[in-house]
Amino acid sequence: MSTLVFLEHHGGELQKGSLAVLSKAASLGGDVAGVIVGSGVDGLADQAAKHGAATVYVADDPKLEAPLPQPRVDAIAQLVADKSIETVLFAQSILAADIAAGLAARLDAGLNWQLTDIATDGGDLVGKQSALGDSVVVDVGWKTTPRIGLFRAGAFDPSEQAAAGTVEAFSPELQEHSLAAEMVEQAHAEESGPSIEDANVIVAGGRGLGEPEKFALVEELAKALGGAVAATRAVVDAGWYPYSAQVGQTGKSVSPTLYIACGISGAIQHKVGMQSSKTIVAINKDPNAPIFEFADLGVVGDLHTIVPKLTELVRARRVS
Amino acid sequence: MKIAVCVKEVPDATAHKRIDPGTKRLDRSGEGALNAFDANAVEEALRLKDATGDGEVVVVSMGPERALNSLRKALAMGADRAVLIADDGAAGSDLVATSLMLAKALEREQPDLILFGQQSSDSDGAVLWAAVAERLKQPVISQVAELTLEGGSLTGKRQTEFGYDVIRAPLPAVVAVADSINEPRYPSLKGIMGAKSKPQETVSLADLGVEAGSAGEEGSHTQVLALSDPPPRGDTRKIEDDGSGAEQIVAFLAEKRLI
Repeated sequence: MSTLVFLEHHGGELQKGSLAVLSKAASLGGDVAGVIVGSGVDGLADQAAKHGAATVYVADDPKLEAPLPQPRVDAIAQLVADKSIETVLFAQSILAADIAAGLAARLDAGLNWQLTDIATDGGDLVGKQSALGDSVVVDVGWKTTPRIGLFRAGAFDPSEQAAAGTVEAFSPELQEHSLAAEMVEQAHAEESGPSIEDANVIVAGGRGLGEPEKFALVEELAKALGGAVAATRAVVDAGWYPYSAQVGQTGKSVSPTLYIACGISGAIQHKVGMQSSKTIVAINKDPNAPIFEFADLGVVGDLHTIVPKLTELVRARRVS
Repeated sequence: MKIAVCVKEVPDATAHKRIDPGTKRLDRSGEGALNAFDANAVEEALRLKDATGDGEVVVVSMGPERALNSLRKALAMGADRAVLIADDGAAGSDLVATSLMLAKALEREQPDLILFGQQSSDSDGAVLWAAVAERLKQPVISQVAELTLEGGSLTGKRQTEFGYDVIRAPLPAVVAVADSINEPRYPSLKGIMGAKSKPQETVSLADLGVEAGSAGEEGSHTQVLALSDPPPRGDTRKIEDDGSGAEQIVAFLAEKRLI
């Protein structure tokens, strides 16, 4: 079995989600390799080796600098052919989803997405796919190779495991249509406060706060708990809170030890970004809010009275 | 300017969605509706057509013949005509098979621009555009929240996990729009009345030159092996705040050793 994991990087670091998928692939056994595509990315290979990549393929070329999907389809398709790769795995991201689907069309290969787990069954692989708003788990398979799988964010945790980590540079041949799109501008949101991706505790605010000023309640509680602040897309779109704090399908995916959702209904778009949190506490005045279906503790009530009191109680405990 | 919008019929939002244990496919026997995210793509196409003064908006879909009922919503909004790939041999197609059929239908149309909505509400699929673009050998931009056309190229601005990107591509191109790009219009009564008489074509696999072995379950490379209930997420407890909500949360967190 030979498996290739796409290793996404940003700001000079491999993404945690990619490393987690790599760790999972390594645990399944066989030849496990990672692929890094970009410009000036040579230094990233070591990190991949620490997470179980026996071989790290690196395509380093100024033409590959912008994180656009189509040149990466060329690169990965070439590796699949040259190295007889049987399985290509991705961690969900905007970039990864577009590469995975482009690759499926290029190779006429099966793509399963929304995967939450994968296991070997005889000589074959079976994926677990969460479907219909997480109401059903579907065991999915691939009828042919190469198999392509796209894992939901937070499906696994990265784990360190030593591997040979032989680095092999390659130069993909890029197709004309793959170079047609060009990145004109790229801006990165400024992070303020602790990064939500690394936080153990996250306090998140949604529309139920009522007005942007009320984010202070969320910030105070986060501070008392030593955590970070997150927001739903609705309030980010409304300009209440910066984009860097957005959790959900079009934002970040987080899996803290504790996630406290304040005034968040728990729509599927938000849920996919935080459902792998270890413990979820929800405060919402609507007893029918979907978040109560998956919160470990749900409190139906007015967050404007509960949250300040909670902050006070947490502070008192810390002091005593 | 000819714009094709790829749309999908999904089970009505109010319907209870289930997977048929026999066929292991989504049960589509109930009421269908136009995938809500596709309305943003139709809206964007209509705005671009209005801005350029002339052109044509064609909705392209794959599904059973009765899916035309759902496509009519796009026509009622203002799209000019609909093309539906309706063939028993197409049922059960996965991504790779679906992208092939759509690409063949789009090749017949030769649009300048192909639009998709941000995801399908039934399968949570959010990848088809990239497969279609690859088959047509056209550039693709996804998650576009602002779209501008200038001469022979388009520029899309989008949010990513890290900030925002501005990406430019020459036409013809494939674009998937985010649902934040616009507010879809409601069809007017006149639009609804007129929709029925707009051209609605159904095409078969043979019409598209797609061989039976490349479509449906036979042409698919993925398969559903089994269905099961999701594991319960431990105990979920829901309490009404009687004034002691904050205390109860603290007790819960203490019990879990989280504070």
